[in-house]
Amino acid sequence: MSGTAAVAAARGGSGAIGALEIAANQRWPIAGQLVIGLVGLAIGGFYGILQALNRIGLDLYPTPIMGRAYYYQGLTIHGVLLAFLFTFAFANSFLSLTTIKGFNRPLASTWLLQLSFVTLLLGALLAGYTMFTDQATVLYTFYAPLPASPLFYLGAAFLVVSTWLVSANQLLTLRDWRREHPGERIPLLAYMSIMTYLMWDLASLGVAVEVLFFLLPWSLGWVETIDPEFTRTLFWYTGHAIVYFWLLPAYVSWYVMIPKQVGGRLPSDALGRLAFIIFLLFSTPVGVHHQFLDPGIPIFVKALQMSLTFFVAAGSFITAFTVGAALESGGRARGGKGLLGWIRTLPWDNPSVTAQLLAMLLFVIGGATGIVNASYTLNLVVHNTAYIPAHFHLTVGTAVALTIIGVCYWLVPYFTGRQLAWPGLARWQAWLWAIGMFLFSNGQFVGGLTGEPRRTMIGNATYLHLFHWDLANWLTAIGGTVLGISGLLFFVVILGTVLAGAPLAEPVTIPQTDYVHGPEETWAGFDRLGLWFGLAVALVVLAYGPFLLTYLPLHPVSPPVKVY
Amino acid sequence: MKLDRYERMFLIVAVAVLLGFQAAIGISVALTRVRLPAPVERVDARTLRQTPPFNQPGLRQTGPNTYEAVIIAQAWQFNPNEITVPVGSTVTFLVSSPDVTHGFELTGTDVNAMVVPGEVTKVTAHFTKPGDYVFLCNEYCGFGHQTMYGKVVVR
Repeated sequence: MSGTAAVAAARGGSGAIGALEIAANQRWPIAGQLVIGLVGLAIGGFYGILQALNRIGLDLYPTPIMGRAYYYQGLTIHGVLLAFLFTFAFANSFLSLTTIKGFNRPLASTWLLQLSFVTLLLGALLAGYTMFTDQATVLYTFYAPLPASPLFYLGAAFLVVSTWLVSANQLLTLRDWRREHPGERIPLLAYMSIMTYLMWDLASLGVAVEVLFFLLPWSLGWVETIDPEFTRTLFWYTGHAIVYFWLLPAYVSWYVMIPKQVGGRLPSDALGRLAFIIFLLFSTPVGVHHQFLDPGIPIFVKALQMSLTFFVAAGSFITAFTVGAALESGGRARGGKGLLGWIRTLPWDNPSVTAQLLAMLLFVIGGATGIVNASYTLNLVVHNTAYIPAHFHLTVGTAVALTIIGVCYWLVPYFTGRQLAWPGLARWQAWLWAIGMFLFSNGQFVGGLTGEPRRTMIGNATYLHLFHWDLANWLTAIGGTVLGISGLLFFVVILGTVLAGAPLAEPVTIPQTDYVHGPEETWAGFDRLGLWFGLAVALVVLAYGPFLLTYLPLHPVSPPVKVY
Repeated sequence: MKLDRYERMFLIVAVAVLLGFQAAIGISVALTRVRLPAPVERVDARTLRQTPPFNQPGLRQTGPNTYEAVIIAQAWQFNPNEITVPVGSTVTFLVSSPDVTHGFELTGTDVNAMVVPGEVTKVTAHFTKPGDYVFLCNEYCGFGHQTMYGKVVVR
């Protein structure tokens, strides 16, 4: 132990922090949240296979090992564990670590960090318990008036609180760092980590209000009725921005780490900061584009928020250019020639890089179909069809999840001090994920465009014979199976590393890019976080104020209706 | 702040593309009859079945080629679950739910809308070709969600 720490110390001055240099009392809550997230991925992913196989009429739920579980219960577990637990846990873990690395100092409060671990675990246990006991088969959108056990809502609240604690800790650390570095630029790695959480602080208010002031009192019987349209709107206030809370930790890796891993340089610090400012500003005031087809929302609110939605796409366009250019610089530095020859010379033998390159590639389709979803008129064709899960399995299910997997391929060695077991298998895993998701999403796209509804037990649908969804459903089922195999391989590699990996000769260094145009050329105003946050609040008021003015008073007409 | 030439060009193109998308959507809304659902009327979900017009669900003729279909979307069926209209009809659907949230997706047309308790969903379809048009619930509404559908028979 002291040997590897000494190696890291000997390299001194390069800013390298080995895992052993993070104090143990900060290391365990960070590594621990990663473990919770991966457990969520394993369980949630398992149920995904069952959902996919149902598409071809293969219903595995009645088998003895599944107990009394059924399709919609499994679908709820799949959605909540993957979309909330896995993503939150990774963000908490990874962006706590990147804050430490970015500032090159420990987090300001060890106590807050440990509390974020505890609240995340508590939230996972409460939500998990209620879902597995069929007290919360409400899917991950938990629309009222379908009721869940109050403990489910409490669990969701704890998951959100854990993210707020991480954010508070980042801001305290920023304050301490600024005191010691007056006038300096916030390091890009720390900047992106903090901006991700600032965006989420504002975005998570919707679901926090929904849970604390509406769903909890209603599910406890303190109030009799609830307003379904209003609580839906609170959900989607958070429900769109949450996708950037999933995505931005992956972007941190793409901007700051991947350029280094491929031997290139990030062309511009400024564009990276600008992209994150765009996400802070435009992630939240656009949630209504998930409600284009809701009866209770005025047309002009829908049109306004559609318009704002297109601005948020600009952040990803910038990312495509900047990260793409960084990749090209790496490929050319490694001898790539010609227009596209640099792609071949990227380090495809490194599973961490391969996984993330494939994640980026499929994100092109994911992003483009997102623009379709957000388009006022095209949305009529795809809303609540299988097209939507096809889209977000390419975004959160690939761009995010496969990037997290790629990050784990250096992060787990970083924490354990052991070499990645079977890197060849890890490369196969990444390719299988991409292939599986390509097939799966194509099946869902085709089905969706011909009217196949999402979140429906299609294999048992009584109208199935009236449609021609066979090809679509087979693609979905085959893709889902390939994904299941890929997921299994991932855990084989990770467990192999933890249990049997050879000790590392020297500690892993968190990769951090160099720049063509570094922070010294970036406009200093980008670092005025309070100003940008204030602007983001103003945009939210602009986008949701008119809705509130036209919608109120509330229309609470629904008692709980438990139909599961 | 310095931007390289390619960066600047890319930013300009990206913004132009996004504005172009918005313009295209604006034009398509202005030139076609595509309309999204909008607030019509609030109802009390608890007393929906006693509230006109939902106390008498079904099809009514309102003009030479126009009809109004009042449909209750409930767990897990549409009431009525079959209506028949002649080719060339324009049908306005009024749909509402007495229980949980449902969807109303009329496959083969551009009619697709949410049915949220407390609100009346109003959507219109023009039937120019004969055939069976299946409408199904596309929002999870509990254990029997996958059995919830009906059809419009166009003769």
